[in-house]
Amino acid sequence: MQNVVFPNKILPYFLVAPQIVLTVIFFFWPASQALYQSAMREDPFGLRSTFVGFANFSAIFSDPSYLHSLQVTVVFSVLTAALAMGTALLLATAADLVVRGRGFYRTFMIVPYAVAPAVAGMLWLFMFNPAMGTFAYMLRRNGIMWDPLLDGNQAMLLVVVAAAWKQISYNFLFFVAGLQAIPKSLLEAAAIDGARGSRRFWTIIFPLLAPTTFFLLVVNTVYAFFDTFGIIHAVTGGGPAKATETLVYKVYNDGFVNLNLGSSAAQSVVLMVIVIGLTAFQFRFVEKKVHYG
Amino acid sequence: MAGIELKDVRKVYGGNIEAIKGVSLKIEDGEMIVLVGPSGCGKSTLLRMIAGLESISSGEIVIGDRVVNKLEPSQRDIALVFQNYALYPHMTVRQNLAYGLKNRNTPKEEIDRRITDAARALEIEQYLERKPRQLSGGQRQRVAMGRAIVRKPAAFLFDEPLSNLDAKLRVQMRVEIRRLQRSLATTSVYVTHDQMEAMTLADRLVVLNGGRIEQVGTPIELYERPVSTFVATFIGSPSMNLLKRKAVEGSGWSLSTSAGVAGSVETVGIRPEDIVIADENAPSDFRGQVTVDAVELVGAESYVHASLGDGNTIVFRVPGRTQIAIGETIQIAAAQANIHTFDQAGKRLA
Repeated sequence: MQNVVFPNKILPYFLVAPQIVLTVIFFFWPASQALYQSAMREDPFGLRSTFVGFANFSAIFSDPSYLHSLQVTVVFSVLTAALAMGTALLLATAADLVVRGRGFYRTFMIVPYAVAPAVAGMLWLFMFNPAMGTFAYMLRRNGIMWDPLLDGNQAMLLVVVAAAWKQISYNFLFFVAGLQAIPKSLLEAAAIDGARGSRRFWTIIFPLLAPTTFFLLVVNTVYAFFDTFGIIHAVTGGGPAKATETLVYKVYNDGFVNLNLGSSAAQSVVLMVIVIGLTAFQFRFVEKKVHYG
Repeated sequence: MAGIELKDVRKVYGGNIEAIKGVSLKIEDGEMIVLVGPSGCGKSTLLRMIAGLESISSGEIVIGDRVVNKLEPSQRDIALVFQNYALYPHMTVRQNLAYGLKNRNTPKEEIDRRITDAARALEIEQYLERKPRQLSGGQRQRVAMGRAIVRKPAAFLFDEPLSNLDAKLRVQMRVEIRRLQRSLATTSVYVTHDQMEAMTLADRLVVLNGGRIEQVGTPIELYERPVSTFVATFIGSPSMNLLKRKAVEGSGWSLSTSAGVAGSVETVGIRPEDIVIADENAPSDFRGQVTVDAVELVGAESYVHASLGDGNTIVFRVPGRTQIAIGETIQIAAAQANIHTFDQAGKRLA
């Protein structure tokens, strides 16, 4: 990186000001509020709050429903990220083979990304609603007891698929770009070296896609942790019996529905720490295996 | 070891654009053939067709005794050295060399042995555990060569392998490629647009022009007896002077009748190095009077740019530094043996 020296002393601060303002208003301020709240306890009527130190934290970590939520989040995130990335990669490699109508195909693949999370959730809910869903009807006719309103695993499956479906477009775009960035001569060299099909994919293409895959891994993890609230809210509402209550959903539920602000704030602080830690871990350990061109 | 034969090979793009317009060529076992020509002449396309990276629209390509038209690149028993090396960036040098052998299920000891041999021959032993990005251009070039050598293919194909190197390294690698090719005696097809590379590397040169073979021959044959004005100007540097015969005979220059000036002669070609400044002993087959336009000193010799009375321009070489001044009028001469004559279509006469 090159150091640029501005002759004007004030101008550089003006240039970075919008970003600073945004970060302060939308991250540092709420984060500090959450930190403050996490050390307070509200009285039942919301009239007074008292300082309780780490009591909220020790309370949530000894709460079995919180630990269950943590487990749900891990399952949900791993499945969503894996499904979204795997499917996107499959589609991107397939798109690479399409010759005719390539542009149309690619544009079409991006459409789901334009759908709002809650709407995406509703779409899937309609399709798989046990009372009126077309697919639910078909499943039942084929002897599968389909009822995500009763069966926690089925509910999880439904939200995972809906969440992954929405993220596939995004991943697809990046994978397509990543595939195009692989020099053609490398694939030709591989063809001469006798590598074809899946062998060529796993030994040449996939390693060369690693920077893209790594980037998407970080993005998808954060997505699964935070941005899937709308889908879960619309499809299952965290149920049945908290089977799909992820950490972020529990933050909402405890804070805005049950109005236990202290606990909710403590949870959101924990969530923040988890995501920061996870991202740091990915950069520290996974990135080492990534080859940047 | 195997020869390569091309039988009326054609390449048509998009139904009507003919990139290769019927090329027939027999490459002997162990021979080094250089395909040379200006950009867009189809030399790379032809090489890629031999490699199997481009389909063959019609005709046949035979490697050894097999028609390879329908075979995958990996089944053709060839190795290609790419212009940009195309080393796998995520693999070490050793893995790069081993990759093609592993895919062919070569036993591990055999792979190790071949890599050791190739690394020694190319002097890249100390870089085997490095990644390509940690190597210089010349070292990458050697690895790319190594990847071809370890395979022990029936033929090496080179696609302008030296064009990404600086001038000094290019000369060095050129010598090395020649030495390696000689010692391995592997049939090789080498594509370049650099006529110097072509002249020094080739057993036989193939000059391509617009998708057709213009001339095939040893470098010296092409230099001494170019079949067309295209080859005449392509081989040799600076390129051959081509003098158009104008309506008015003898305006500034003349050819003796013994030089065989028939009516059909349209163009007279003389290489800059074959022209001498006329004195009483000078040959009289070609004589001209020129006005000097410019003098270029390139070190051991100088090139004089001059114009003849009829508007033709000419370049000739004089040894060492010269006292010739711009604007000066001088007499030049050339011997019959060095005079090339071409007809209206640019084809060689006699």
